[in-house]
Amino acid sequence: MKATVKITLKYGVLDPQGKAIEKSLGQLGFSGVNEVRQGKLIELDIDADTPEAAEKQITEMCEKLLANTVIENYDIQLNLAE
Amino acid sequence: MQASVIVFPGSNCDRDVAVCLEAATGKKPNMVWHGNSDLPDSDVIVLPGGFSYGDYLRCGSMAANCPIMKEVVLKAQKGTAVLGICNGFQVLTECGLLPGVLMQNADLNFVCRNTRLIVDNNTTPFTGLYQQGEEVVIPVAHNEGNYFADDETLDELSGEGRIVLSYAPEDNPNGACKNIAGICDASGRVLGMMPHPERRAETALGGEDGKRMFTGLVEALS
Repeated sequence: MKATVKITLKYGVLDPQGKAIEKSLGQLGFSGVNEVRQGKLIELDIDADTPEAAEKQITEMCEKLLANTVIENYDIQLNLAE
Repeated sequence: MQASVIVFPGSNCDRDVAVCLEAATGKKPNMVWHGNSDLPDSDVIVLPGGFSYGDYLRCGSMAANCPIMKEVVLKAQKGTAVLGICNGFQVLTECGLLPGVLMQNADLNFVCRNTRLIVDNNTTPFTGLYQQGEEVVIPVAHNEGNYFADDETLDELSGEGRIVLSYAPEDNPNGACKNIAGICDASGRVLGMMPHPERRAETALGGEDGKRMFTGLVEALS
């Protein structure tokens, strides 16, 4: 089963890279950019019998390794079409 | 006193710190590979600076989950002193022995220079040879040294005297909360610090302010 995990910095945590991108966009002439936040996307292909089992397993992966929950949130999307 | 240095793929300050430990203890430290699951008896375990696992995912995150770290965590919980320097500090936060996280430097630049540090707590086994409030010069070299924790954790750290080292207020190189350069756990026996004492432990390297950390350890633990 394929899944993607989106990892983003929690609101309230300073995101210097997002700020730098925001500034560069302004320098390129893109106006009206109110905020930029940068995160990461992890694609997984795992063995799981049911979507629930997959979600449970990936949640554990996020808690143990994929995200640092002190500063990051994670969002799991299962790709059920394939 | 016997020291052990954990060597991760990508560690690059392991041999420097081994030289300092040997000079202080008179014994060669054990160099323990990350994939081992046995840790020899040690009075102090050092997690050295470097770029363990290429800093993949998050600095220290892969190292925190490697086989030897299970042993390090167990030993730390039983009271063995653990010193994490730079990447070692990042590993200590990732494995949960220390709270908070080291984020990317606020100005997005790798910083490599001397910093002025204040010794805020000289009652740990690592800082006994420094005066309380003493200012020392020890270099930093990192891209992710910006210490962050929630307000509750920061209050707990300062209230319990667990901020062991802080940058002089006008010399914060990375934007760290409360100018934090080094913190310890509740027992005081696990210290994580971004500056590199092993890089300032001989006069030939510009000064000896870092040396007392190693000689102090020997005094405290022997």
